[in-house]
Amino acid sequence: MTIDSIQNGVVIDHITAGQGMKLYELLHLDDLDVSVALIKNVTSRKMGKKDIIKIDADIPVDLDIIGFADPSATVSFIKDGKLVDKHKIELPKRLVNVIKCKNPRCISSTEQELDQIFNLTDKEHGIYRCAYCETKFE
Amino acid sequence: MRSIIDIVDFSTQELEDLINLANDIIENPQKYAHVCDGKKLATLFFEPSTRTRMSFEAAMYELGGHVISMTDAMSSSAAKGESVADTAKTVSCYADIIAMRHPKEGAALVAANNATIPVINAGDGGHCHPTQTLADLLTIYREKGHFDNLTIGLCGDLKFGRTVHSLINALSRYENIKFVLISPEELKLPSYVKKDLLRANKIPYTQTTDLDKSIPSLDILYMTRVQRERFFNEEDYLRLKDSYILTPDKLAKAKKDLSVMHPLPRVNEISVAIDDDSRACYFKQVLNGKYMRMALILELLREAGTI
Repeated sequence: MTIDSIQNGVVIDHITAGQGMKLYELLHLDDLDVSVALIKNVTSRKMGKKDIIKIDADIPVDLDIIGFADPSATVSFIKDGKLVDKHKIELPKRLVNVIKCKNPRCISSTEQELDQIFNLTDKEHGIYRCAYCETKFE
Repeated sequence: MRSIIDIVDFSTQELEDLINLANDIIENPQKYAHVCDGKKLATLFFEPSTRTRMSFEAAMYELGGHVISMTDAMSSSAAKGESVADTAKTVSCYADIIAMRHPKEGAALVAANNATIPVINAGDGGHCHPTQTLADLLTIYREKGHFDNLTIGLCGDLKFGRTVHSLINALSRYENIKFVLISPEELKLPSYVKKDLLRANKIPYTQTTDLDKSIPSLDILYMTRVQRERFFNEEDYLRLKDSYILTPDKLAKAKKDLSVMHPLPRVNEISVAIDDDSRACYFKQVLNGKYMRMALILELLREAGTI
């Protein structure tokens, strides 16, 4: 299967196989009016299988969202067909409006227009807790 | 603008400074009788509370200040759909400091993020109740004279009991502390509290369902009420509410200098026959709570430059 290389845009590579669609949704890529390719189960020497997302437009992507969804991913920015910047992703310290608190007793379940904020409280185990009620995100 | 949401908002030094200030207030009340002249505390209580609200109000009056309150806030602004953020912004126009209780966890943080005056969390659902912990700490200090080298029994609802989690957090900072966790299986201390506070700080603890066997080793016995409002299921509440009742017979096996504490209100966890025992400290806790709230109001208003 062949997908054209992009001239100007973003390549999210080394996505854990099966996580590509989740990332596609979290980044709201379906809202974009540009070519976006989601390639699943690509053979990888390092990972066995991986997913790749290619966005054919020079747009900003939220590295925090990618870091939360799949910290093993890499993000490359392409300009005039050449790699100009490559990011290895880390778990973000804070997530704003990426995930929602499921605790029905949390103020974020009723307060209007309140940002959903989660803090990374255990980097080793990737645990995020709601900034308001400290409930663990699972 | 500094607000107090959780007991972890205080450093160990700040806690000790606040306890020293409260002790000075107890010994020299006249010195503090007018320090808040002309200043206003707003009490915003979105769920029923008698003692905490009255404690805050008495504290402000004894500092010379005034109190304005939204009595039964749930039937006023909140009932009209006003957000906590808007309430906090509005009340900031009227008062110098806010004490707020709300049934939703994290509500005090939302208020603090939006108010232009200090906010004190007077309880946000099952989450935090830092001024109760301040009252507990002053009581322990006044009864024992120190926070280290103590064996503390925590008995009753250790799962939903927010005062228990905060007290563990505060006492875990001190040397040679041991905890005995006494509860029914269903109300055991949550594993994240054990992991984050006890194991992470290498604090020794034992878990048991047996109060009788545990009581002889304790320096402090902290009883808690099984709270109806924390249960979704009435049957579970009824099954667990009478798990532990402290009676004179049980107390006979305890050390002579044991301190029996309870955040109150009690239902039947402590027999009234114990009230006159010199080891009963729960009404002293109530009084100490007022002094710690006085110290906290004073400190926050000083930090805000209001006084």
